[in-house]
Amino acid sequence: MSKKPSKGGAPALDMTPMVDLAFLLVTFFMLTASFRMAEPVVVDPPSSIGMVDLPDNHIMVTIDDKGRAFFGISNSTAKMNALREMAAKYKVPFTEEQIVKFSGLPSFGVDIKDLPKYIDTKEDARSNFQPQKGVPLDTIIPNNQLKDWIAIGGRKAVEMYEEAKIKAADAGGEFKAEKPRYAIKCASKTKYIYVKDVIKTFTDLKLYQFNLITSLEGGGTVIEPTK
Amino acid sequence: MAEIAEGGGGGHKGGKKRAKKQSTRIDMTPMVDLAFLLLTFFVLTATFSKPKSMELTFPAPPPPGPVDEVKNGITFLLTKDDRIFYYEGQFRAADDEKGKKTELSELNFSQESLHKYLLGKNKDMQDQIRALDVKHKNKQLADTTFKRMVKEVKADKASYTYLIKTDDKATYKNVIDIIDELNVNVVGKYVMVDILKPEMDLVTEKVGP
Repeated sequence: MSKKPSKGGAPALDMTPMVDLAFLLVTFFMLTASFRMAEPVVVDPPSSIGMVDLPDNHIMVTIDDKGRAFFGISNSTAKMNALREMAAKYKVPFTEEQIVKFSGLPSFGVDIKDLPKYIDTKEDARSNFQPQKGVPLDTIIPNNQLKDWIAIGGRKAVEMYEEAKIKAADAGGEFKAEKPRYAIKCASKTKYIYVKDVIKTFTDLKLYQFNLITSLEGGGTVIEPTK
Repeated sequence: MAEIAEGGGGGHKGGKKRAKKQSTRIDMTPMVDLAFLLLTFFVLTATFSKPKSMELTFPAPPPPGPVDEVKNGITFLLTKDDRIFYYEGQFRAADDEKGKKTELSELNFSQESLHKYLLGKNKDMQDQIRALDVKHKNKQLADTTFKRMVKEVKADKASYTYLIKTDDKATYKNVIDIIDELNVNVVGKYVMVDILKPEMDLVTEKVGP
């Protein structure tokens, strides 16, 4: 009931509720947004009608159009543990600082021998890091590091999952996390033969179920035939 | 626009008087502008961040020994330039008592070609599933019953099994597209298999090296 006497001049609008709302929304989106570090390689996945969201807890192999494989684990603790075990297996020394830094990195595509140097490289210089040949997965010369990464990474991710489950059970809370899943992200133009090598690596480890990452289909479901 | 009142302008004569008169309201327009700018940014970046995926199961390697003859098989051979070749039934390198030598037919990824072909092959099953779907939507079927019945229809012995094979020039997109098209046509049984040498030779004959 506080009607102000109009004094003439410019009409004033009380913007306070609008500002309140705007800042509330800004805060909400800021807190829910999850920022990702720049991936070492940008791949453009093909589209499909698949509507399954990529699970949050995943172990991902990215394959670019040159057939290089990049490896990443979404759970950072599992990633650190995996690196420790890989370091012991391949006898490559890592400092504790490097291991922590590694857990924050997105997927990587270097030989484990080059990994310490890769981790120490500055963020903006990392995409130009050489030699970035992809994680080796040769089967002819036995140097299938990808296989070890998947096996060890997968085991660590499951361990973290079980741990979180037990913790949740002790606390009496509801447990919502999902089991880690294996995902393959691949560029449209990649020759399938490269993908096959990666899938072979998975099936050799008796892992038969993956999520193939695709972008959402816009309209029709078919591509035009190339003339 | 000096909106904020200066607090006690040390020793100024008319300072106190003016401060009393001045409005305490501040102009919020720039702040609101900024707030909405940020809001727009976060809305746009947040919505499109989650990638979609397609779940796929690959077959475990079969136990060693002679492989059973594929009875109701259709084999797709993917090759370069988005071309698809296919043949039905068992592969035969030459005429024998069971059938003729395998000839490859061609399809492409357009609506009239692959989609139509699959639709023709799969009509019965699709009609059955559609009928079930209608019943389900009309609440005549429970969710679980519906799921089981769809599964049964898909696993029908008489329906075709699709084998997808690729040569070394096919792209990942081709594979995803064909799986997608099979999904669109509610095909229940498909599998990725390695290409065999004689099949590869036939494809090479068609498309050139």
